[in-house]
Amino acid sequence: MRTFAHHEHRHELHGITVVVETDGPEVWIGRCDDIVGDGVILKDADVHRDGEGERTRAEWLERAKRWGVHPNHRRAVVPAARVVAVRRLAEL
Amino acid sequence: MSYSPILIRPMREELLAAGFEELRTPEDVDRVIAEKTGTTLVVVNSVCGCAAGMARPGVRLALQEGPRPDRITTVFAGFDVEATQRARERFGDIPPSSPSMALFKDGELVWFLPRHRIEGRDALAVAQDLRDAFAEHCAVPA
Repeated sequence: MRTFAHHEHRHELHGITVVVETDGPEVWIGRCDDIVGDGVILKDADVHRDGEGERTRAEWLERAKRWGVHPNHRRAVVPAARVVAVRRLAEL
Repeated sequence: MSYSPILIRPMREELLAAGFEELRTPEDVDRVIAEKTGTTLVVVNSVCGCAAGMARPGVRLALQEGPRPDRITTVFAGFDVEATQRARERFGDIPPSSPSMALFKDGELVWFLPRHRIEGRDALAVAQDLRDAFAEHCAVPA
């Protein structure tokens, strides 16, 4: 018997860890809660900004692909107008 | 606030039926992971079906044949909160995620499967990742 909690009426990426590319210096990674008119709603997310932090964008993404990200933002909404692409982290 | 034991019972029992030992306290985690000989699998169980719904069948499949760890253990994220926190401390700098799986050999972390590498995959694929890890780290040399 399979046992799990099911979530209906959400975007097909609900529950999937995604990379959200923006038209700015930020790239977000988090667990997709939903994608709605306002934007991409993430849970347990983290963000990288070009030029900030110890790691380059490529290094940050590579580490995230291998291990995931620290949940520095419990919930975040990436505005729809800023979103360039949403893809699964596992498919990077 | 942690999950209701009634809610998570079937999810716990899915692993207990496969022979897993539950680690309910930080002391349980320390005792098991401190073992300096042999291999220990720690499954961080979770309620969310998006990933855990495939993680549990996957690990059960992987244990049915071939090399396997000496000890198979589990903590439940969001229920055994302190035990889960201690297990994550043992995972070093790896970000927390659930479900996830860690394999220790002689007290050292040698393999880790985070949540995002379980999501969207079927149980067979998860089982194959585990079998590969067991073959590498748990097989007895001929």
